[in-house]
Amino acid sequence: MKITIKKSDFNKIYEHALSVVPEEACGLIAGTDNEDGSRDITKVYLLTNIDHTNEHFSIDPKEQLAAIKDMRANGIKPLGNWHSHPESPSRPSEEDKRLANDSKASYLILSLMEEGNPVLNAFHVESVDGEKTVRKEELIIKEDE
Amino acid sequence: MKITVAGEKKEVADGITVAALIEQEKVETPQYVTVSVNEEFLESGTFESTVLKEGDEVEFLYFMGGGR
Repeated sequence: MKITIKKSDFNKIYEHALSVVPEEACGLIAGTDNEDGSRDITKVYLLTNIDHTNEHFSIDPKEQLAAIKDMRANGIKPLGNWHSHPESPSRPSEEDKRLANDSKASYLILSLMEEGNPVLNAFHVESVDGEKTVRKEELIIKEDE
Repeated sequence: MKITVAGEKKEVADGITVAALIEQEKVETPQYVTVSVNEEFLESGTFESTVLKEGDEVEFLYFMGGGR
């Protein structure tokens, strides 16, 4: 699947993730699913990691609910979530895979392990015969119009 | 009676429980779902005993988390 994110939204995620280092940062992504199977992220939500650690994240459910209502009000749909890996690569950890339970979601992971070189990737996680399979999605960071 | 589920108005049986609504709505992987009724989050384990009433607003939220 091809998924696009605006450069300004990428920057929002990056700046927020940097601001909470060493903790993991997290949030939601929302936008539109297109007829050709691609999806466009048109809004990112910067939410609280209630675990407040560099090893785990849990999105604050109250903020999650408020974000879902905001999406409805704006006519956009939830597309998945994002979180940062302050000290590890941009790929789903075993814990990430275990807790990825929405097969329709895109999971974005921002690695901050190399200073000044943030790496953002998108993944699809699906449970097949009890095993979680991960597929990397084609993520395009596009200039704002 | 009428309630709102995930932003949509629906007609459901009087006295339906949250557990029954989860089944009726075919919620995927319900073990990972957090439920709010009128913006109050339910404790897990109370879905069977929570009876909904006319006009309630119900939301199903997937727990979202992970680790490095």
